[in-house]
Formats: sequence, C-alpha cells, structure tokens
Amino acid sequence: MSGILNSSIGRKFAMALSAFFLMIFLLQHFAINLLSVFSADTFNEVSHFMGTFWAVQYVMQPILIFGVIFHFIMGFVLEIKNRKARTISYAKNNGAANSTWMSRNMIYSGLAILAFMGLHFYDFWFPEINTKYIQGDMSGLLANGDYRYFEELQHKFVDVWRVALYCVSFVFLALHLLHGFSSAFQSVGANNKYTKGLKGFGKAYAIIIPLGFIFIALFHHLNN
Amino acid sequence: MNLTLKIWRQKNASDKGKMVDYKVNDISPDMSFLEMLDVLNEQLVYKGESPVAFDHDCREGICGMCSLYINGEAHGPDRGVTTCQLHMRMFKDGDTITIEPFRATAFPVIKDLVVDRTAFDRIQHAGGFVSVNTSGNTIDANAIPVNKHDADDAFSAATCIGCGACVASCKNSSAMLFVGAKVSQYALLPQGKIEATDRVLNMVKQMDEEGFGNCTNTGACEVECPKGISLENIARMNREYLAASLKG
Repeated sequence: MSGILNSSIGRKFAMALSAFFLMIFLLQHFAINLLSVFSADTFNEVSHFMGTFWAVQYVMQPILIFGVIFHFIMGFVLEIKNRKARTISYAKNNGAANSTWMSRNMIYSGLAILAFMGLHFYDFWFPEINTKYIQGDMSGLLANGDYRYFEELQHKFVDVWRVALYCVSFVFLALHLLHGFSSAFQSVGANNKYTKGLKGFGKAYAIIIPLGFIFIALFHHLNN
Repeated sequence: MNLTLKIWRQKNASDKGKMVDYKVNDISPDMSFLEMLDVLNEQLVYKGESPVAFDHDCREGICGMCSLYINGEAHGPDRGVTTCQLHMRMFKDGDTITIEPFRATAFPVIKDLVVDRTAFDRIQHAGGFVSVNTSGNTIDANAIPVNKHDADDAFSAATCIGCGACVASCKNSSAMLFVGAKVSQYALLPQGKIEATDRVLNMVKQMDEEGFGNCTNTGACEVECPKGISLENIARMNREYLAASLKG
C-alpha cells in the first residue's frame, strides 16, 4: 500500500476518487439551486439548513474544500509530469484523428473552472463565511426578518456580465465533464459490459447539469 | 505520384536535429511507405548524401520494429496497420508528407527517425514473463482448462507487438496501453496468476522510472494501435495494480 500515490496508477485513482466526490457534490448543489426556481421559501429553508447544520459545516465542507484543492493540485502535478514526458513536440500532430478535443484539453477547461470558482467564492462563499463566522450572525435573516439566501441569490444575477461569465463557465464545466465522467470510471478499472451505457449516462450528466445551472442563472436574471 | 517529404534529420543522439524537405517522384501507389523511403534513400546515396535512418525488420506488420509519426499520426493515417503495411495509395499525388520519429522522453532519438525503445524491454524484464520451474513434471499448458472468454482476451492482449505507437500517440507519452496489454495477457491465464501481484507492481514501477507520462484516458493509443489493443487492458491493469497495492 505504501507509496501508491507516488505511482502513475495511484495518482490516476486518487484523481478519479476526487472527481467522483466532486460530481456527487455538483449534483447536490444543482438540486438545491433548482429549488430556487420553484419555491423561494423551500430554497431558503434548505440553504439555512446546509449553512448551519454542524455536520455539513464542520465535516462535509472541509472534506469538500480538501477535495477541490486536491483535484486541482493533482491535475497540475499530472500536467507537469506529462509535459516532462515529451519535451520535444511534433512538428505536425493530428490529435483530432484519434481523440476528442475535451480529452486533450482537460487542463484548460479545468483552469476555466478554477477561475470561475474564484468568482463564485467571491460572490457567495466568502460573504457567507464573513457573515457567519466573522460577524457571528448565524440567524440567516435579513433586517426585515426574512431569510437572506434567496434575496442574495437574486441580487447576484442582476448584472448581465456576471450571468454571462457564469454561463460561459458552465460550458467549460460541460466540456470537462464530457471527458471526465467516463475517464474517472476507466481510471478506477471499470471498463466492462456496462461501459457503453455509463458513457451515455456520463454524456447526459455532463450536458444536463451545466445546462441546468445556466437555466437557473438566466431564470433569476430575467425575473429580477 | 510525386511527393514532397518533410523528414526529421538528426545526426546522432546529441544533435539538435531539424526538418528537411525532399522531393520524390514516380512513386507507385502500390508501394509500401517503407519502400517509398527506400527509393528516397537510393536517391540520397546516389547523390552522396547520408540516407535517412529508420527502423524496420519483418515488413509484415508482426515484429513491431517499424515506427514513424506520419502526418501527425503514429504509423500514418491508415488504421490497424504498422508503417510497413501502410501503402502509398493512402496519399494523393502532390501531397506533402511530414515524417517524424516517435516523440517521448523515454524514447530518445538515436539517429533521424530511429528511436531507442529499450525502455519497453526493461519493463518486460521487470515482470512480463511467467517463471517456469523445469522440475520434470511441468503440466502441459493445454491440460489446464481456461475460460474461453479469458483465453480470447489474453490472446488479444498478447498481439501487442511493442511498437510504441501508443506512447507516440498519447499526448502524455504514456505507456499504459503497452504495459496494460502485457499485464493482461498473463493475468488472465492460470499460469500467470501466481506471479500477478509482483508482476504488475514491478512493471508499473519500471514504467514510471522510465519517465513515461500518466494516462488521462484520451483513447488515442487504442485508435492508433496497429493491433487494436483495447483500453480494457489499461482498466484491468489499474484493477490489478490497486489490488496488488492493497495486498502489500
């Protein structure tokens, strides 16, 4: 078992495990965000629960942060190692003849997602941490006594440029997932009679989830 | 056919190397790609120039000796064939063809289009074999029942000729299709199961030490492999490796 993370296959496995975790988180994030389209009250209640329940805040959130940081750092480590494995490039390389654009450019779609996460944290996570853990306001309420979560969500999607940035970022997320979903299964050794179906499910996931996020952003922008 | 060739020329391992343009005329579409290069070399020798060095041996697609990165693809634009089986009918009159050596840090250029692929040999030496104890009562392999599906998969994996097209095609210069095939061909058979744990750990360790990159599952290796080695072999190697690592 020792040194497994120092091996190429061990690193692939770890990368895949963090990817599975992030894909499950993404699904949960999407499900909660989708509530905001149907019911502001339900969205507020679920958001308040997620924002104050100890297991989510002190167990799941640190694991999530670790998972995100690990996935990005491991992605960069693998990229650097892979570039060292070919220091002289081909004068002519026809990558499109044997692989998808998404599979060859995971580092770039990943960097776009990383940049988006900077904006997303600036918009939501940092203010949330400030309100709850620096100012010490765990009530989740506005001055008028209403929950603040739906209000804050709608406020962020007023600016058309922010909405546009979110939409473009979700396109990159879709591109990343289109390869990443099935790639994670291959990395943990799952390549069997179910692979074809799994790839189809992965494509559906990679398109529906980001498209759903785009829909939510546009919905709140247009209903502001 | 009249063609323009852009060929990588490099005097030796320490030379910087560069692409050089050549013209070849009256090439028959029925020639193999290597025969076309033979024609070029005859021209070069006639002119007193150094011929282009390239690897070849059986010219029947079974030895794994020929290589070449042709117009941006290992073994050229055809599928399921090595360079020696690639025919000039795959190209058009007047084409410009770019010919480069397989590029990977683990496959250093020796001269022109010839690369050192002994890294593959060292990986094989690390575990790509079945130890046979010749005690005098060795059981006939044919007497051991083998599941038909496993036998077919093992045989498919064993068709890997170790040409290195997988490494050359992979954007990360990963050797996992080659190692996956070698691990699989033994892991699937009863004779190979006994040493399976040590085999996969040692072969992967050697693969990493040789400086090959990490597989990111682009699938380019499977597409360009002249023997159609499947990505299933990489998945099997991953499973074997993870199980072996847990065993210690």
